[in-house]
Amino acid sequence: MQRGAEMIAWAGAGLVLAAVTTMAAAPAAAQTASPVQIGLVTFLSGPAAGPFGVPARNAAELVIDAINKGELPAPYDNKGLAGAPIDSFFVDEAGPVTKVVQDFRDMVERRGVAAVVGYVSSGSCLGIAPVAEELKKLTVFFDCGTPRIFEDASYHYVFRASSTATIDSIGAARYVLKEFPGIKSYAGLNQNYAWGQDSWGDFDATMQALKPGLEVKTKQFPKLFAGQYSAEISELLAARADVIHSSFYDGDLESFILQAAPRGLMEQSKLVLTTGETIMYRFGAKLPDGVVLGARGPYGPFAHPGPLADWFRKAFTDRYKTPPTYPSYQMANALLGLKSAYDKAGKAKPSPTQDEVIAAFEHLKFQGVGSEINMALGKGHQAITEIAYGKYKFDEKTGEPTLTDIVYYPASCVNPPEGVKSSDWIKSGMTGAKCE
Amino acid sequence: MDGTLRALAVAVIALAIGSLWTPDWIVFLATIIIAKGLVVLGLMVLWRTGLVSFGQALYYGIGAYAVGMAQLAFGLRDAFLLVAFGTVLAAAIAVLLGFLLARYRDIFFAMLSLAFSMILYGTLVKSATLCSTDCFAVLPPRFAGMAAGGTLAKNGLFWLTLAAATIAVYGVHRYLASPLGALTTAIRDNEIRVEYLGYSVERAIHIKYVIAAALAGAGGAIVALAVGHIDPDSTYWTTSGEFVFVTILSGAGSALAPFVGSAIFEALRAYATAYAPYSWQMILGVFLLLLILFLPQGVWSLFQRRVRRAAP
Amino acid sequence: MLTAVTILVDGLVYSSWLFIVAVGLTLIFGVMKILNVAHGGFYSMGAYTAAWAIGLYFNAGWPPAGSYLLIAAAAGIAGTLLGLALERGLLRYVYHRDPIIIVLITYAVFLILENLVLQIWGVDAYLAYQPDTALGTTRIAGLRFSNYELLLIPLAAAIGGGLWWGLNRTRTGKILRAVIHDREMSLACGIDVSRLYTVTFVIGAVLGALGGAVTAPMISVTPGIGVEVIVIAFAVVVVSGLGSIPGTIVGALIVGLSRAAAVHLWPEVELFVIYAVMSAVLIVRPQGLFGRAPLRRI
Repeated sequence: MQRGAEMIAWAGAGLVLAAVTTMAAAPAAAQTASPVQIGLVTFLSGPAAGPFGVPARNAAELVIDAINKGELPAPYDNKGLAGAPIDSFFVDEAGPVTKVVQDFRDMVERRGVAAVVGYVSSGSCLGIAPVAEELKKLTVFFDCGTPRIFEDASYHYVFRASSTATIDSIGAARYVLKEFPGIKSYAGLNQNYAWGQDSWGDFDATMQALKPGLEVKTKQFPKLFAGQYSAEISELLAARADVIHSSFYDGDLESFILQAAPRGLMEQSKLVLTTGETIMYRFGAKLPDGVVLGARGPYGPFAHPGPLADWFRKAFTDRYKTPPTYPSYQMANALLGLKSAYDKAGKAKPSPTQDEVIAAFEHLKFQGVGSEINMALGKGHQAITEIAYGKYKFDEKTGEPTLTDIVYYPASCVNPPEGVKSSDWIKSGMTGAKCE
Repeated sequence: MDGTLRALAVAVIALAIGSLWTPDWIVFLATIIIAKGLVVLGLMVLWRTGLVSFGQALYYGIGAYAVGMAQLAFGLRDAFLLVAFGTVLAAAIAVLLGFLLARYRDIFFAMLSLAFSMILYGTLVKSATLCSTDCFAVLPPRFAGMAAGGTLAKNGLFWLTLAAATIAVYGVHRYLASPLGALTTAIRDNEIRVEYLGYSVERAIHIKYVIAAALAGAGGAIVALAVGHIDPDSTYWTTSGEFVFVTILSGAGSALAPFVGSAIFEALRAYATAYAPYSWQMILGVFLLLLILFLPQGVWSLFQRRVRRAAP
Repeated sequence: MLTAVTILVDGLVYSSWLFIVAVGLTLIFGVMKILNVAHGGFYSMGAYTAAWAIGLYFNAGWPPAGSYLLIAAAAGIAGTLLGLALERGLLRYVYHRDPIIIVLITYAVFLILENLVLQIWGVDAYLAYQPDTALGTTRIAGLRFSNYELLLIPLAAAIGGGLWWGLNRTRTGKILRAVIHDREMSLACGIDVSRLYTVTFVIGAVLGALGGAVTAPMISVTPGIGVEVIVIAFAVVVVSGLGSIPGTIVGALIVGLSRAAAVHLWPEVELFVIYAVMSAVLIVRPQGLFGRAPLRRI
């Protein structure tokens, strides 16, 4: 046993080194190599794939193809990033944060990408941001909602091309108070984890700040992916609140609507779904009229028409047989922002370095799909956008889902100023908000 | 020094020196592999006793959160102290819970340990003060007062991990060779006779449970420092399931087995997710199945068989 | 008063659902002493098969009445195929192994099944709400409840009653109970335990798939529903005392009513009330509520 064990130790050490060097065999691509390699990270499996990951992946495929072929409408009609074609691959975001971080390091250090674009889950973004700084790699977040990224720290290499989730809650509260001025009470149904807790927290705080004295009838926090809400629906029915706020998404949202509608919940209370846009097309006539829907920003049905927005919607629907939803828009905007930065840096000098691209990206204002994106917060790294809400109406004649009573809230109305934390800003009454 | 310890010494020295020349991402991966190997080592000790804990994620998570909270509450930055704190906290809680758990066997031991880990999970997820699933950025650690950051920090954590593993392997190996350690398999085979021999089975199990918890706490603390982020997923049952998977994969043949098993599992998972992003779960499942069916004693049994043939 | 009635109704509905989902697991454990993690896979397969079949059915324009038979049929087919494949093709070669090893084998199978679901049906959610909405609602204590959900209560009772009758009044059932009680003795008496195992496992699989199929019209069927269900089913089965069907009824009632009470009275703890109940029961009665202390071999 003794000699054997020694042999094993040598063999083991050798095996590990051998395995590791074969994995390291793929040489790190040089920064100035001809194609620009981008790692794209989003959910390809698990429950978040259907509503977020796959629409985002499809948008990425579509936009990258179009960029490489020069098929995008102006101002993006030149090919590539500062002329260099994009070479991309996808990585699944599913799994614990440890794995997400490991994959990030693998992408950056072993595969040598020029940039990483991705991340739906706030947990991923919070885990990745410091690692991106440590590895000095340009990273663009496209969907995750937590405001903590740029409010709790500063980053030089990390950007986020979409607004934080704060705007969802502030926009929802303002819309509710505008459209239903007589309300006296509200309730909440949110998933019991950071996203649901923060969404409710911000909504609640905004409502109290804008109209103190409103009564909170009940706040329900069922488990994420619980799927069964009969008890919660009973409680909401009994509570008889004027408005119900929910940041539910995907399967949970669909199950909730299916279970609540026949029991008359929507007739009794006005439902506000901050991410409701994602089920509009799937549900059609199943979604009762009058439900307030949001899309986390000027996306989907809230996108302002124009050559880029029209092209995007048509090309996406033709290719993927379903209209694009907000994660698709957010991913497209992240890529367009990256392209704008590259093109701007490339005007000064061909084949820009990462630092030059970063300098161009900071404080950039660029044309997104159906809206303008302004990298105004986080010292020029965090985007602000407007947000809109509307009421759902299913058009019987055309069989199309539509929205009525759409109200837009400008970016300066729903985003805190530079250097102020979202939660503090809400509690102080949102001083300086410009909502005309 | 017997064979296992010689092998340990060789491996540790080779890895410690080798880490200076290997790319950062490999050192990072190795740190994770060894840290998780620690957790599996603890599970192995319990498995030899005939007990499988489906809730080791409880202590793994405690170790991780201990690091985060120690940084926030006490401003502790030193890596060694943080890992020690995580280990001790996990062990302390195990001492308490062990009074209860040591009385259970088989499926009930597994299920009760699972229940406790899920209670912690629920508490963490719903807790706004610990900001639920979003929070806890862990600041880079310091080593004996030196500032963090850069390759030296990465290697520093790796060497700390190697040191922890060395202590753990040495300790477990000695323990298993001791009379009390020999009791593990005896308890698994026939508890009542062990009682007749005059040993307290419950106390023995309690001790092993605390050892396993301490190792899991250490592993969790190290991973938290390496990744720089903690979240409640580290206490979810699928995390426990993963550790049990690796325990079976490694086999119970030696105190070194868990680390080999951990390396194989991580490599398998990395390859599966990189090259089969849509079916990596299935690949893992098939692999586990084949392993259990054809290599019931784990990967280590491959080495043991070769050794028996090699010895005169 | 209102709240008490609501808690009762919600609790009974949820308990019925728990029972339907967990009883298959209990049966398999009681007879074969296997804690079948793949039960979650049976559940998802049942749910997806039913949802997909219902989708096709209603797209073809058939009336709602037949869809209930479709749910049962989907569960029956999915459960039988999976149960047979698993038991005949894999499990019967490993019965002699350590019980924990068998659990791990079923865990591996579960991983494979979950991915198989993804490969067959993709990542999108399936909606199959028609059987649910077709039944309408009823007013109880001023609140409207979905009739489909209320019907879970008699369905659970029927399944429980059917199993009881099967185990106590039929010959096969009595043989099964003998095997549950003492496998070796049954073998010695000449019982074909191997065939019995297959039958039991298939019934357990069908019940698991039925849990999923029955749930499909109430939810949006998404990948990953199996993962959540396993832990809940385990909790119920362990509380009841592995292998006892009356125990499963009591266990489901306890867990279901506790959760309903939590939702209405103390929503914050809803997340882990199931595990707290499970721990509490195990602490007080280590074998579960109806479990028998295992014989110790000296």
